[in-house]
Amino acid sequence: MSEIIKNPPLVEVKHLKEYFNINVGAFKTKPLKAVDDVSFYINKGETLGLVGESGCGKTTVGRTLLHLYKPTAGEIYYNGKLIETKEDIKEFRKKATMVFQDPYSSLNPRMTVSDIIGEPLDVHKLYTTKEERQDRILELMNHVGLNSEHASRYAHEFSGGQRQRIGIARSLAVNPEFIVCDEPVSALDVSIQAQVINMFDELRDKIGLTYLFIAHDLLVVRHISDRIAVMYLGKMVELADAGEIYERPLHPYSRALISAVPIPDPKIARANQRIALGGDIPSPLNAPSGCPFRTRCPYATEECASSMPEFKEVSKGHFVACHNLDKIH
Amino acid sequence: MALLEVKDLHTSFFTDAGEVKAVNGVSFSLERGKVLGIVGESGSGKSVTAYSIMQILASTGKIVSGSVKLDGQELVNSGEKVMRTVRGNKISIIFQDPMTSLNPTYTIGHQLMEAILLHTPRNKEEAKARAIEMLKLVNINEPEKRMNQYPFEFSGGMRQRIVIAMALACEPDILIADEPTTALDVTIQAQILELMNQLQKELGMAIIMITHDLGVVAQMCDEVIVMYAGSICEQGTADEIFYNPCHEYTKGLLRSIPTADSSGTKLQPITGTPIDLLNMPKGCPFAPRCDAAMKVCIYNRPETMVINENHWACCWMNVKKGIEDGTITVKKGKEGKK
Repeated sequence: MSEIIKNPPLVEVKHLKEYFNINVGAFKTKPLKAVDDVSFYINKGETLGLVGESGCGKTTVGRTLLHLYKPTAGEIYYNGKLIETKEDIKEFRKKATMVFQDPYSSLNPRMTVSDIIGEPLDVHKLYTTKEERQDRILELMNHVGLNSEHASRYAHEFSGGQRQRIGIARSLAVNPEFIVCDEPVSALDVSIQAQVINMFDELRDKIGLTYLFIAHDLLVVRHISDRIAVMYLGKMVELADAGEIYERPLHPYSRALISAVPIPDPKIARANQRIALGGDIPSPLNAPSGCPFRTRCPYATEECASSMPEFKEVSKGHFVACHNLDKIH
Repeated sequence: MALLEVKDLHTSFFTDAGEVKAVNGVSFSLERGKVLGIVGESGSGKSVTAYSIMQILASTGKIVSGSVKLDGQELVNSGEKVMRTVRGNKISIIFQDPMTSLNPTYTIGHQLMEAILLHTPRNKEEAKARAIEMLKLVNINEPEKRMNQYPFEFSGGMRQRIVIAMALACEPDILIADEPTTALDVTIQAQILELMNQLQKELGMAIIMITHDLGVVAQMCDEVIVMYAGSICEQGTADEIFYNPCHEYTKGLLRSIPTADSSGTKLQPITGTPIDLLNMPKGCPFAPRCDAAMKVCIYNRPETMVINENHWACCWMNVKKGIEDGTITVKKGKEGKK
């Protein structure tokens, strides 16, 4: 799917920065660099996976991309057009929607399923008659495998997997072309998770959706993505085709991350040589100078402390930010 | 004699809606120095099994029948006094969420020493020394300084390591780990699993590893129990469960995880949703979701069928397979010895 000619990509992000001001004492604030200079693009019909540990800024990327947070700096292009003004944003939100992580807190407990799914239709005034609205809601429920008799029920009457389906139906209501999926399956049981993943696959094939798929479960991301980006402490450290990044990860962090994934096969799991990382992720408030990973990196040198390595293309479509690539092989 | 022997354990919660049979006839035994994995979906009764062993059920929960023997000593109905000598001393438990299992208002030194003072004849000085030793064991830097800090000053992975240190402080024979790494990131998870593996070898304790992550099971466990709707549907060595699953539910679970080869193809999920424990069907509890369900599955609960000496399962498919191979002669549908 990455063969599609990218002229222009559906979504393009250039030098995106998102800083939050955190109170660090009376009248004093300090910027927390949740996302620090991230650039990428997503072609039409493609799924970009975004992985990283908690606090690395992957959710913030997704939210800032949709202008749910106002970007501190950087540009977001949709179909080659810069999203800037309020009108742009409103128009953009009809094309780009979001599925949230927690199906328990992302649905209003006081609204019925048909009101939840119908709300985006109301906001964007996408119907002329009540019947049209109702037909559209039932069509959407059908799309995600919910029965029409569920329409008048409340969210608490559903299981986790069904709730996530409601959330997905809501995000499909405006006929989007692009969906940001923020950990959509991590709250679900394995057997239900597979049902939801298959649904994402089907919707992509049927409606031609483009996804930014944010998750920390690397097996799931690998399954669904065409390309995968790895983030660490607000920075993007590696970006490549899904197969490539699993077989030939270049950045020391990606290598450790991928080797840490427990493989559900006892013989492989026992033989697997895990790259153990010492220590914890530093607080993004006191991020290390230079390369953010250097405090846990076995290859770190003085150069890493003084300058952030450039995010450059090392082979076709494989980007990585590391000073010591030649040492790692 | 096995270290821990659980026999036909039934635990129910008595709610306004009726009796919820959360654990429904669970039996297993655990040998010294072994790692036993219990896998299953949420609501399958894996945590309640552990809580029943420790007798730390919520007030509506009750062990209805069955026996739990630790080193030959019966624990069910043994009274609170006996249980207090068991908990934290002989059997310890680590909970899923390291954020909530530590008391935010006490220093971690205080919390570590509490268990040691309670269960061992050590005085305060010795308890402190032991606590520091335990922190070193779980790789916390500067343990003396860390003793005086509160839980909020630690990261998630460190808190979980402190909880492990606390659980191991009295050298228990059995450590129950209830989803110990579910709340943690993968690289931190790898650290914690590595640590548990190493401590298990050093201290020679047995571990009951409760998880829904089959990857963690593959990495850690010698023996695996698969639970569904409060009962064990399959038990065997890790290799048997992963390479020769004999219950349709286990097969479904293994099929539904994405693997390296599955990209670009469809996953094969288990259809439907987990069963409502208030309305248990007459036959096999998995039959409503099972693609291979036969008539017999709906009406008769499958009995234990021995596959080989390291492996058994409760699934009628084994009988069907046996009849087709000719390993079972049709007199009455039961396989092998049992």
